[in-house]
Amino acid sequence: MLKAQTRDPVAFTRLMLILFALAVLWPGVRLSELNPGVLLHAENRQQIAAFTSAFWPPAHDAEFLKLLYEATLQTLAVATAGMAFALLLAIPTSLLASRALSLRAASRGGRAGVLSRLLRMPVRGLLIFLRSVPEIVWALLFVRAVGLGPTAGVLAIAITYSGMLGKVYAEIFESVDQRPAHALLQAGSGRLTAFFYGILPSAMAEVVSYTVYRWECAIRASVVMGFVGAGGLGQQIDLSMRMFAGGEVASILLAFFGLVVLADLLSRFLRGRLA
Amino acid sequence: MTIDLHNAGLRHGQVRALESVSLRITKGERVAIIGPSGAGKSSLLHLMATAVQPSAGRLELFGEQPWALSARARQRLRARIGLVHQAPPLPPRQRVVTAVLAGRLGQWGTLQGVFNLVYPTDVPGAREVLAELGLAEKLFVQCGQLSGGQLQRVGIARVLYQRPELLLADEPVSAMDPVLADHSLALLNRHAQANGVTLVASLHAVELALAHFPRVIGIREGQVMFDCPADAVTDPMLDALYANEQFASQPAQGATLAVQIPRC
Repeated sequence: MLKAQTRDPVAFTRLMLILFALAVLWPGVRLSELNPGVLLHAENRQQIAAFTSAFWPPAHDAEFLKLLYEATLQTLAVATAGMAFALLLAIPTSLLASRALSLRAASRGGRAGVLSRLLRMPVRGLLIFLRSVPEIVWALLFVRAVGLGPTAGVLAIAITYSGMLGKVYAEIFESVDQRPAHALLQAGSGRLTAFFYGILPSAMAEVVSYTVYRWECAIRASVVMGFVGAGGLGQQIDLSMRMFAGGEVASILLAFFGLVVLADLLSRFLRGRLA
Repeated sequence: MTIDLHNAGLRHGQVRALESVSLRITKGERVAIIGPSGAGKSSLLHLMATAVQPSAGRLELFGEQPWALSARARQRLRARIGLVHQAPPLPPRQRVVTAVLAGRLGQWGTLQGVFNLVYPTDVPGAREVLAELGLAEKLFVQCGQLSGGQLQRVGIARVLYQRPELLLADEPVSAMDPVLADHSLALLNRHAQANGVTLVASLHAVELALAHFPRVIGIREGQVMFDCPADAVTDPMLDALYANEQFASQPAQGATLAVQIPRC
């Protein structure tokens, strides 16, 4: 392996990268004070057992199920509306931020000009700003601004997720084969049509799968935001936990599991159609 | 004058692809470019197609200098030039009909282009050009399902549909069998003659170049070795063009030239 005949020129770089990753991760474990041992202390075990034993049987009386149904719908609605608003902002910004639409890159083997790189920087900065503040913080802010209820959740998801979607879309557009779009640009096509004919067909499956995954994340996020008063399943789970109603918590978690399964099935179906 | 190259040079980093190439090609001429692999045939065609900017010298197309124009004016100029790629860059999931109709994106507005993606606006037009190449039945097939030779024909169909004034072809028949290659080249030449289109094609098969094109340009190591009518090309000229010291001892070369085309 170390003889000149059989040596892979990148082997040394790879080894260094692995050592570097280990050197970086180890202090992280120390800093986060990770110690799985505390889970096994007798006192803690008792607490966990007492809490989870109340989960069975899940609550299933008609009144609670109706409440659960409405909360689930509200969570779904918050996530979906939030995603819709996020897409409104994410699609144009991803087109602006992506190098894939650069006219100059088409005639320079993919390297964009200095000016266009400078112009893309503020867009990238905007996307970073949008996603750098966690949605829970936006939710707290909006709960104060517009009052308790799902509106705060929708706005918080719209803002944070437009930043994430815009960044990842831009990167997906750059990661697919650029030659079809370059060929079209070299035949005089406009940049938007070159994008639709040259980039989108290859990027579509990835874009759809990521969007559905983000929708799933938005469902989770809307549950978390329920804890700060943005409605939906989260608010319900908060109430049930305060009342030590373990059965209700279990039912809500089951509904939650169902939603994620639904998102996964949808993603599989759409990917199957697009592949 | 359709193409006027004056002392044009092209570098890819440290590698010199073309060196002081001077060429004049008038409207309606049909020219073949031949030469060994890596001689700069593709670079020359990409230079003429305004796909790359010359690093030295001057390029004029239709009496205009494309790299002195504004980006918008250059795109308008590019709409008049069609380039057939050796391995046509088509997204595997795109349907043949869309790939062919995309030839006219330079002439269509953005709205028509986007609408055409939703519903193909000129199916008869696409079927007509594909039928000439024997591919009419593949109209609604995805590009990813075609073979290398079929993809090359889709690439030719797209450029024929574009109806450019200058038609450039980079090894347009390299993945086709001899009969199909002959037919496709004849079609390109007929199309060029009938519409007064200037045609420049690079070919690795010398006999095809001599049979179909009135003017032949030989390129070696980025420089023009000869530029003359096809019937003035002699065997010693070809021997000098393809002379290869490195592989001189190996007997059967040239005939086994197999070009691998990626599927999409």
